[in-house]
Amino acid sequence: MDADLHDLTAAYALDALDADEADAYEAHLARCGPCRAELATLGETATALAWAVEAPAPPERLRARILDAAGAERTNVVPLPQRRPWLLRATAGLAAVAACAAVGFGVWAGLLSRSLSSERSARATDARAVEILADRASRRVPLAGGAGVVAIDPTGQGVLVVRRLAGAPSGKTYEAWVIPRGGAPKPAGLFAGGGQTTVVRLKEPVPRGAVVAATVERAGGVGAPTQAPLFSARS
Amino acid sequence: MFKVKRELAHLSDEALVALAARSEQAALEELYDRYGRAAYGLALRVLRDAALAEDAVQEAFLAVWRTAPRFVPERGAASAWILTLVHRRAVDVVRREQRRRAEPLEQVMEQGGGGADEEAWLRLQRERVQAALQQLPDPQREALELAYYGGFTQSELAERLGQPIGTIKSRMFAGLARLRELLGEPGMETSWTPISTT
Repeated sequence: MDADLHDLTAAYALDALDADEADAYEAHLARCGPCRAELATLGETATALAWAVEAPAPPERLRARILDAAGAERTNVVPLPQRRPWLLRATAGLAAVAACAAVGFGVWAGLLSRSLSSERSARATDARAVEILADRASRRVPLAGGAGVVAIDPTGQGVLVVRRLAGAPSGKTYEAWVIPRGGAPKPAGLFAGGGQTTVVRLKEPVPRGAVVAATVERAGGVGAPTQAPLFSARS
Repeated sequence: MFKVKRELAHLSDEALVALAARSEQAALEELYDRYGRAAYGLALRVLRDAALAEDAVQEAFLAVWRTAPRFVPERGAASAWILTLVHRRAVDVVRREQRRRAEPLEQVMEQGGGGADEEAWLRLQRERVQAALQQLPDPQREALELAYYGGFTQSELAERLGQPIGTIKSRMFAGLARLRELLGEPGMETSWTPISTT
């Protein structure tokens, strides 16, 4: 009967099985390595469908509801007052985590020692950058070396978008470069990173075939890159 | 308030799940900030009711909180796991409630949830997946959309579309496989690992 169950992977990934079918498939999954592997890939693809939805943002209260309910469930944890400012709550949490040697993320030491003073000034998003991103005529090139994209409008104006870029180390900055084919890198702007999404409007036009790259440089920026690129895209 | 938040923001999804498994509430908060919006959009698309969508998202994130210790990164990305929990919950509810499904969602206003940068990113993602969906043959796209957004089972789909169930299975499989190819290029993934600067 397992022969019939192999071809349920796509339906399972889409949650398109009824309860009995899903139970049977899950039992099958426990003994079928190829189906587990297939499900891992098809499941991730099915999830991409979630990102195609255009919908309003959830109401603010939902966040508080979830966190309150989660806090109420873990009675083994010393409860933190709910109304303290975020920073105090989070700091207490981080200290507890850092104290827990079992947390195997080497990253923590770096996180906690990294200067917290590199606060980026609240920057109004460059409206033109958003326009270029939204322009369906813009070419979009995925980054190599990081998650993100370079978008270039038909006139050659470019925007670099990077996801989850750590804030530049103290005394350093990120510097974007436009490197025309066969030419020298041109400085195309400084940025601090550190946000959920970093959007940088490139100060140099991006000719076809040029490479857009970013390096870490000393604060204030430099005229020519001194480091290997962190990530890049060929337009 | 953004300072510590930013530090957590540098962790991968999987690292946050591991922290949530240690009852670190700030990690759940960060996961919600990353995926709460997609979760709510998905639940609303399936359930077509704001209150039910909120409930589904809450249940799913509480499931993340409860079952984080059992999360196995090798089986797939944490983002996929979270959205799968949301989807499953929404589909359970829509089937139980027998709500009418899969009609196009009424026009919704684009609302700010994380600033213009975040909006621009979400729009890029959306356009990319929508463009890939448009490239699928109609029967495959129909099967994926009715199953995923409509919450129909394969048997219901077979009946609704007047096709043998084997055909529905093939369409779903071929559609997902093709979508995977179309979405395959790197650099735009919906989950990510932090970029190291050292």
